[in-house]
Amino acid sequence: MSNSQAITVGVVQGSLRRQRVDVAGTVFAAALLLSLLFTLAVLAILVGDQMTRGLPVLAERGTDFFSASLSSRPAQAGIAQGLIGTAMLTAMVALLAFPIGILTAIYLEEYAPNTGLTRFIAINIRNLAGVPSVVYGLLGLAVFVALFRALGVGTGRNILSGGLTLAVLVLPLVIITSAEAIRAVPNTIREAGYGIGASRWQVVRQLVLPSAVPGILTGTVLALARALGETAPLILAGAVLGSFSTGGSLGDLFGGPYTALPVIVYDWARKPQEEFRALTSAAILVLLAVTIIANGFAIFLRNRYDRRW
Amino acid sequence: MTAAAPPDSRLRGTRARRRNERSVKAVLMFAAVLTVIISIGIVASLIFEAVEFLRSVDLGRLFSAGWFPRRGLFDIPTVLAGTLIVTAVAMLLAAPIGLASAVYLAEYASPRARSIIKPVLEILAGIPSVVLGFFALTWISPNIVRTLFTESTGFSLLAAGLGVGILTIPLVASISEDAMRAVPNSLREASYGLGARRVTTSLRVVAPAAISGIVAALILAVSRAIGETMVVAIAAGASGGSLFTADPRDPGQTLTAAMASLATGSDNVTGDSSAFLSLFFLGFVLFLLTLGLNLIGDVFVRRTRQVY
Repeated sequence: MSNSQAITVGVVQGSLRRQRVDVAGTVFAAALLLSLLFTLAVLAILVGDQMTRGLPVLAERGTDFFSASLSSRPAQAGIAQGLIGTAMLTAMVALLAFPIGILTAIYLEEYAPNTGLTRFIAINIRNLAGVPSVVYGLLGLAVFVALFRALGVGTGRNILSGGLTLAVLVLPLVIITSAEAIRAVPNTIREAGYGIGASRWQVVRQLVLPSAVPGILTGTVLALARALGETAPLILAGAVLGSFSTGGSLGDLFGGPYTALPVIVYDWARKPQEEFRALTSAAILVLLAVTIIANGFAIFLRNRYDRRW
Repeated sequence: MTAAAPPDSRLRGTRARRRNERSVKAVLMFAAVLTVIISIGIVASLIFEAVEFLRSVDLGRLFSAGWFPRRGLFDIPTVLAGTLIVTAVAMLLAAPIGLASAVYLAEYASPRARSIIKPVLEILAGIPSVVLGFFALTWISPNIVRTLFTESTGFSLLAAGLGVGILTIPLVASISEDAMRAVPNSLREASYGLGARRVTTSLRVVAPAAISGIVAALILAVSRAIGETMVVAIAAGASGGSLFTADPRDPGQTLTAAMASLATGSDNVTGDSSAFLSLFFLGFVLFLLTLGLNLIGDVFVRRTRQVY
């Protein structure tokens, strides 16, 4: 500039000093922090609210709450059938969705040629993951319930239909997370395997899968946690609302009416009596404990074994 | 698809070993094709029964006084308006809170703070929706909705929408945070080098560079909110049916809650009445809506990946 004003150290310092109080920036940062705190506060209020209502029930009823059957009388109602149902559903999801999901992921990442069909399968899986869970309930109703009815297994509204529905529901999640874990294994490991004469399956089974196990495990635990809390698909696929009793034989267990922990929460939440409000909160505490432990375990696994190649 | 392959076909070993390899591949491929069969099963079961429904009812009933399936009134605008209101309320809550949380986590938080906050958000994402439904009915409704609008009854679309919003916050936050963290540091350094403040860098440099991912996060959140069932089924009321309403303070019915109540009503849905078939028609509409949104969201997600 022709009007030469010497840029001295003092001028620069003065100019910087004027910016030291950054009002807009401070307000912005505070707003960001507030919205984050909002979310944390909601979580705290949610858990606290259930605790104030549910803990007295758990303290008063003790183990009876876990071992008693459903009942229309709040003083006797318990969640035993829901616990059995949820445990069986979880086991079915693990037995069905995990092997199929992991095998699919291996196929897509390690074997599939880059053809139109492969790309279609991949896109299809991503879209299946976005289908609302209630729509899977319709699939369960139209396919699995109808199938078991046709086979003569009671009305078809049994725990097998529910388990198949949940397994199909979490399958895309298992595939996507397993595929990501397999993709993260560097190619150098595969090349080393081929270099010493291993076949493709040997490379996959002995080199790629062991390296991908933590990622796959995280995905499967997350999928289980998701299946544990799902309600809508089970309601459509025939879970019973209200109380019921079964003989306890193996046939009744698999072919008879069933329920699950989240379904009991829904059933009780709809009841107008104040006693059932407290029971609902107690059941929610049990459900939250199970899902938070499962999710927490998955997060721990991921952070513990987060490996950068 | 991109993994390294065995070097040359002549080096693949004995005939027995090749046969073994082929059978492994066949088993794996069968598993992959199963996912396609599942999709076909979903679409087929929806389409057949939905078409059956449209054939069995007088189409005039699709536009009547309200959604009362047991009385043969299937007013589509009622459930669509309910879905729209719940989704709008949810996004009004989840979009600002989720995006602000994402900016904080990506641009402001120290690694230590991030390592604590992130798992908490993930725990929130893992809370079953039936729990949030009960929370919306027993806490949000009396403490927030009825404080603001004293004439409201216990059930309202507003309470349900707020519950759904809380459920979608972690989704918005995590996808848009991923997008912002994918913005290369050189852009931030250039911005700071020009003397820009942190606000300016976050809003004028990082956010525009991550816009595809942010848009994708919002689209996928809308899709999630439309498909959310249990919160609305518990907190919005109107389990039997609902008159048309455009007021969030009223109880109302959404696509998903209408399906849940059809499946749980006093007379169980069995047999071939139109009410039972309407379940599949609603499911088909829901499926098309979410599929469309997910496809659009996917395009945006892939665009973020390509930029850098």
